[in-house]
Amino acid sequence: MLAKRIIPCLDVKDGRVVKGVNFVNLRDAGDPVELAAIYDKEGADELVFLDISASVEGRATMIEVVRRTAGEITIPFTVGGGISSTDDMKRLLRAGADKIGINTAAIRNPDLIGEGSKIFGAQCIVVAIDAKFNSEWGEWEVFTHGGRNPTGIRALEWAKDAERRGAGELLLTSMDADGTKDGFDLELTAAVSGSVGIPVIASGGAGHAEHFVDVFAQGKADAGLAASIFHYKEVSVREVKDALRAQGVNVR
Amino acid sequence: MIAIIDYGMGNLHSVGKAVERLGAEALVTSSPEEILAADGAILPGVGAFGDAMANLRETGLESVVKEYAASGKPLLGICLGMQLLFDESEEHGTHTGLGLLPGKVVRFQGDYKVPHMGWNELVFTQESPLFSGLNPGHVYFVHSYHALPERKEDLLATTDYYQPVTAIVGRGSVYGMQFHPEKSGELGMALLNNFVKLVANKASNL
Repeated sequence: MLAKRIIPCLDVKDGRVVKGVNFVNLRDAGDPVELAAIYDKEGADELVFLDISASVEGRATMIEVVRRTAGEITIPFTVGGGISSTDDMKRLLRAGADKIGINTAAIRNPDLIGEGSKIFGAQCIVVAIDAKFNSEWGEWEVFTHGGRNPTGIRALEWAKDAERRGAGELLLTSMDADGTKDGFDLELTAAVSGSVGIPVIASGGAGHAEHFVDVFAQGKADAGLAASIFHYKEVSVREVKDALRAQGVNVR
Repeated sequence: MIAIIDYGMGNLHSVGKAVERLGAEALVTSSPEEILAADGAILPGVGAFGDAMANLRETGLESVVKEYAASGKPLLGICLGMQLLFDESEEHGTHTGLGLLPGKVVRFQGDYKVPHMGWNELVFTQESPLFSGLNPGHVYFVHSYHALPERKEDLLATTDYYQPVTAIVGRGSVYGMQFHPEKSGELGMALLNNFVKLVANKASNL
């Protein structure tokens, strides 16, 4: 049976990890490659790098980070952030990334999903969806630009559309849950996971190990992603896996 | 020297790096001479079956891979590279494969998520030098089509995804892994290491 995946996410700016990193035995807390190698050893199933560089130089640096990471780790990793063309995808995949995450660019140009999928295969096209509950609609709305801009697009519709266009996986972030540490948005996750036939990575809201149990059991997620709780050592990947195993969830 | 066959498909960098990390020399190449001179060869691959075979034909590498396999030196197909070893695939129409192993490649059909993506546990179905010193565990899969070998004796390991799924195949010196050993943690690296050892043993016996 397929194992549920635990995925730490690293925000990278100009080739350095930003946002809190509180690791012992880390010579350089800002080096994404070193941190990636530690998560690999800790039993992470995959990694996500989110490039938040705002400059061309910063993006060029990311290619080097990807190349070094690919030479260091033995698990798959996704790179997202600022990717808006198949040329961008090709550069990152050639450097050793396994999957490409697209978010705002996919909303702006939905054909990008199909183009990437056709050239590189559906398995490496991850469509990231930032969703927030819209009380007028009684369902979730898609936001872009790191959650700043509402799009007027319904998240469930967009998820299905992304699948139809060739996405191999969805990275679903609940903006309502993100940062709360109160747990994943189970309702949103279950609704999206139940609407598509491709894997869904749930993101936003993880505060402790039990939250991952919930997102798999009730949220029907295929993978759970978190950033700060892993970086700040509030909970380790190992502890999450132990908790999941104890609850009968299949993990590696 | 292990040749990583470059026919314009797939993530050659990771496979090459993984082989180097195991202490072997890897050469990413599309040169028939370099491939045929190598002690071992890896056929990687990500993407569609039909495109991959078209690329192999256009680059003239189809006959090179077949000649290599016939030489008895170890060949390892990874992911799509494993599927290409079979007779045919039904991915986007019927396409003829390399025909090194009898059998075909079909799409997952059922009420479950496709692609089969993530970590799944291996079941060793028979002994193989690839498994020397190893216990089965989880490895990383990502595929929407799976291989159905005609001969049971060619099947070395399976995994369970709503049915037994072909994970490792082998016949003579031709091997294939549906998952990505270079992305499968310690077990993946250990399996790859056993292939590297096989190459070294074969080379010293020739």
